[in-house]
Parts: sequence; C-alpha cells; structure tokens
Amino acid sequence: MTVHITPRRTYYLVFAVLMILTATTTGVAFIDMGPFNVVVALFIASIKAVLVVLFFMHVLHVTNLTKVFVAAGIVWLAILIALTLNDYLTRGWDPISRPF
Amino acid sequence: MSTRWRRRKLSESTNALAHQFDDLEQQARSNTLGMWAFLATEVLFFGGLFTAYVVYRHAFPEAFAVGSKHMDVVAGTVNTAVLIASSLMMALAVQSAQLGLRRPLIMFLLLTMTLGAVFLGIKAWEYHHKYVENLVPGVNFVWEGPLRNQVQMLFLLYFIMTGTHALHMVIGICLLTYLVLGARRGRFSREYFFPVEIIGLYWHFVDLVWIFLFPLLYLIGLHL
Repeated sequence: MTVHITPRRTYYLVFAVLMILTATTTGVAFIDMGPFNVVVALFIASIKAVLVVLFFMHVLHVTNLTKVFVAAGIVWLAILIALTLNDYLTRGWDPISRPF
Repeated sequence: MSTRWRRRKLSESTNALAHQFDDLEQQARSNTLGMWAFLATEVLFFGGLFTAYVVYRHAFPEAFAVGSKHMDVVAGTVNTAVLIASSLMMALAVQSAQLGLRRPLIMFLLLTMTLGAVFLGIKAWEYHHKYVENLVPGVNFVWEGPLRNQVQMLFLLYFIMTGTHALHMVIGICLLTYLVLGARRGRFSREYFFPVEIIGLYWHFVDLVWIFLFPLLYLIGLHL
C-alpha cells in the first residue's frame, strides 16, 4: 500500500507560518483601516485555512474524487452565503420590500 | 505458500482489511472520502451560523461594534495559538501512526488532548468572565446602554458559535481517548492506522472553524 508520509520539517514549517499569520492578524487588527480590517482579517484566515487543509489534512495527496468532495463543501458554503446575502443586502432597494 | 504471506494475509483479514474492500489502499481511499463527505456537511452546519452572523452584523453594525468591545482579544489569540499547536501535535500523531511508531503516537495523541483541554479551560474562563459581566443571553444579561436587544443578539451568536465549536472539541477529545486506548492495546500498525487519520481530519476541521471564528468574533469588532 502506498502512503504519502509528509516529513516532519514540513509540519514544523507550516506550524511556524500559521503562528506568524496569527500574530499578524491580531497585530493588524489594532490598526484602523476602516472597512479593510474585515478584508485583511478574512484574507489571512483564508490563507491559514488553506495551509491546514493542504498540509495538515493531506489534501495535497488525496485522490481527485476526494478533492471534488472538498471543493463541493466550499462551493456549497459559497452558495449558502452568497444567495442569503443576495436577499438581505438588497432589501430596501425598491419601495415594495421593507428593510431588515 | 510461504508462512510469511499467510501470516500477513491473516493479519489483514482479521485486523486491518474489512471484507467489503479489495485491498487496504481502496479501504484507505474510501475512509478518507467518507470523512470528507461528513466534513462537507459540517462545513454547511457551521456555514449556517456564520451566515447568521454576517446577516445580523450587517443589520446592526453599531450594536456589534459596542458589543465586540467586551470580547477578550488576548484570550482569543492565546486560544488560537493553543489550537494550532494541538493541530500540529495531531499531524505528528498521524505521521507516527503511518510509520507504525506506537510510543510517539500515544505521546502526540496525549499532547493533542492536553492542548485541547487547555483551549477548553481558557474558553470556560472566558464564559465565566462573561457571566460575571452579565453578558449571557437568556441566563444573565444586563445592558444599560442603547440597542440592548441587538447587542444581546451578538452575544447569543457568540455563545452558540463558540459553544458548538467547544462541543466539537469535547467530542474530539473523547475520540482521541478512544485512539489512545486503542494505541495502548496495539490496535494500530503501519497497515491499519485509518482511525487515527480520519479522527485527525476531524480535529483539524475543528481547528479550521476556529481560524474563522477568531477574527470574526474577536478582531474585526475593534474598529467598527
């Protein structure tokens, strides 16, 4: 049976990057950037999530079918959020519907 | 037919290989795929909570701004570091299992559990602090300023989101206990380590949820 074994150095490196990103996101949060605070915070969180998924959860080395399942989870989450906000963010744009 | 082959065959059929699979590789792929199917449903479970958070934050920005001031940024940051460290320990536990190393496997599993328990301890301390500050909706919520109900909604979301996350952590620690007991009895080998791998996936997923909860609840309220 072929098992891909990630070397320890890779795990340590990913861990170090995750820690640096955690420190960065907390530090940056104290700088007032207006609406960009949210953007930066979520961008850093997304990088951290990708690192965890690819290296800790071994998605780099799973079968293509499993990758499709991983992508499906993300795509359906995007649909959930996008279509819900499509409703709430546009309420009050016309005189008929009432704002939230 | 050599004895070696028969012994190996025997160990596979009694221990490692379930009868519905052709070989261990197919079984490993199926296990991983099945776990990811479950994790996709978990993404949507937490996704509903995140969507609720986004909708209410958009609807009541002022209330979320004043309420967010009561989140403990230091505790949140420390907890993030603790949880990422526990994920590293889990990754090393899975690697030890892949290599068939029993003692390191047990050690890393115990370290993962310990860091998970530290996370829950800090979380419990935060909850206690919120109770003392009268910020627990439904139990003890006192808010003198304006927008009382809207601020209460923020804390309701805070407790439901971190609470379901903490519940996942408790379940994770129970699963890790099961792995430690199995590892002590020598249940896992280089051929049979899938339980360690898929429970590892679960643990990393719980880490992932926190990676998004942390900035949303603790950080981006600082400058609303």
